[in-house]
Amino acid sequence: MFAEFIQYLFTGITIGATYALIALGFTLIYNSSHVINFAQGEFLMIGGMATVSFVGMGLPMPVSIVLAVLLAGVIGICLQRFAIAPAKKADVVTLIIITIGASIFIRGVAQLVWGKQYHVMQNFSTDEPILVLGAVLNSQSFWVVGIGAILVVALVLFFSRTMTGKAILATSMNKDAARLVGIRTQMVLMLAFMLSALLGSIAGIIVAPITFTSYDIGIMLGLKGFVAAALGGLGSGVGAIVGGLMLGIVEAMTAGYISSDYKDAVAFSMILIVLFFMPRGLFGSRVVERV
Amino acid sequence: MLKNFLQMRLKGLVVLAVIVLLLPLFFNNPFHYDLATQIAIFAATVVGLNLLVGFAGQISLGHAGFFGVGAYFSAVMTGTYGWTPLPTMLVAAVVVALLAWLVGRPILKLKGHYLSMATLAMGFIIAIIINNEGWLTGGPDGMPVAPFSIFGWELSSFNQYSLFGIEFGGDVAWYFFAGFLLLVAVWIAENIIDSPIGRALRSVHGSEIAARVVGVDTSYYKSLVFVVSAVYASLMGSIYAHFSGFITPHLASFEQSIVLITMVVLGGMASTFGVILGAVVLKLLPQVLADFQELEMMMFGLILMLTMIFMPKGLFPTLQNKLAERKRKKSEEQA
Repeated sequence: MFAEFIQYLFTGITIGATYALIALGFTLIYNSSHVINFAQGEFLMIGGMATVSFVGMGLPMPVSIVLAVLLAGVIGICLQRFAIAPAKKADVVTLIIITIGASIFIRGVAQLVWGKQYHVMQNFSTDEPILVLGAVLNSQSFWVVGIGAILVVALVLFFSRTMTGKAILATSMNKDAARLVGIRTQMVLMLAFMLSALLGSIAGIIVAPITFTSYDIGIMLGLKGFVAAALGGLGSGVGAIVGGLMLGIVEAMTAGYISSDYKDAVAFSMILIVLFFMPRGLFGSRVVERV
Repeated sequence: MLKNFLQMRLKGLVVLAVIVLLLPLFFNNPFHYDLATQIAIFAATVVGLNLLVGFAGQISLGHAGFFGVGAYFSAVMTGTYGWTPLPTMLVAAVVVALLAWLVGRPILKLKGHYLSMATLAMGFIIAIIINNEGWLTGGPDGMPVAPFSIFGWELSSFNQYSLFGIEFGGDVAWYFFAGFLLLVAVWIAENIIDSPIGRALRSVHGSEIAARVVGVDTSYYKSLVFVVSAVYASLMGSIYAHFSGFITPHLASFEQSIVLITMVVLGGMASTFGVILGAVVLKLLPQVLADFQELEMMMFGLILMLTMIFMPKGLFPTLQNKLAERKRKKSEEQA
């Protein structure tokens, strides 16, 4: 009984950590540009798929990972430079459709390059399961949670200690004021897209050994990240992390105790309930608008 | 002024009617009729969705869910329980209206893009239910649907009909029926835009706070137009189910919701004739791109992206502006 619970809880935390990273990426872009980036999931796909194919070319795993993350970062910058920046005067709705177009485009290219089949990635360390309190855990789970935690700490340091991080924060608070004090806001936007791509691709790589990877995994993972971000309160960093973990745990529990057919339905019902009763999400700030 | 406006609106409708009537001159096989009927049904759906996106400034990412509820309600009730199609369709629309009100009313009291999240979630839940309750809906394999009938007169793509001595197939009859429905959909939408609801909505789009200050209950009007757009989707879902004779859960999927919203934005938000163009383009594009096989998805994404980057207002308004500009230049030259 208890072992079963631990098993589900740990599965939930693992997948929840991934959701949290995606949600953080969403939050970064949303804060700096108010765009809901529907191409976010594609960064995960690129991370996983590129790593698998670099390893396939005979490169060692760590090199492959670094190259895949760099590739995602470059694509993130391109997305901002060539798709979002030229349309800066457009409505938010139009920008959202552009990100949808970009995600279809990226998926189309991935399908050409990597084919439609599933790809398998090796665990980072041993394939032997690890026993904890009677639960059988995949060793990769520890990598996911560990790397997720390290990334969160790194982000916190980046935003509180570095000038660049503070510039991003300032831009997301008030773009005009930020520009007045000499922050190059276009540069900041590009940085936000790049960071968000880096986060996404790392999430995609660390979770790939557990979930496998294919050209179309980005859609659902991206949406889950969006749900997690909204659960926590769109725009809140802490909210993204808590929302991600919560979503992952609830999903795992539903799949374990109720029905795996309806695990996604539970995730989406959660967001409706949160919107009805705590419309700003769990950690969203109250917005006071001046006219 | 009012007379002018009426004329302009009528002119649009007349042009559309003429197009619907003359288009069959270019058709030479049943496939063309089939495709044109589909386009008309989807165009009518997005004419409704446009009321929400273009005039209330809200995004729905779950409209295929409403479309799917309409389709499956009609399919199940007429097929399994023997209801007649027309009343079933109306009951489905009432159910969807209640659902939309239930979801929209609390959410639309909030400012911002919360409706898009709520509709995204709702659409997914509907799709998941349709997929998993196979005993009722046939599950992922889909289910057959009985033909449409109005007052005992059956409309099926496979029947032969004759009117004034002219023999024609059911596909032709369906095309003209769908074209007629599209005209009605446009006529109703144009009237809503021009009613107090439409005016209230335009004030929301201009400045929500200013609208509130002068006493417009903005969230009420937004919910109302959300319900209207959902009813449009439900009715057209029912029609589509009867037309195609076989439906699958894909109709209610998130991808389909994205297709619908893309039709609106690509064609031109807030322009009724623009979104019809959007429906035409988005339905024809895959036909054209199918020849490219593996490249299809990539090219579709690329075209969508480029169009929105270079014509952020959408196809129709951009073309309209271009034409107007050329006209102005010409008259300047003459002067």
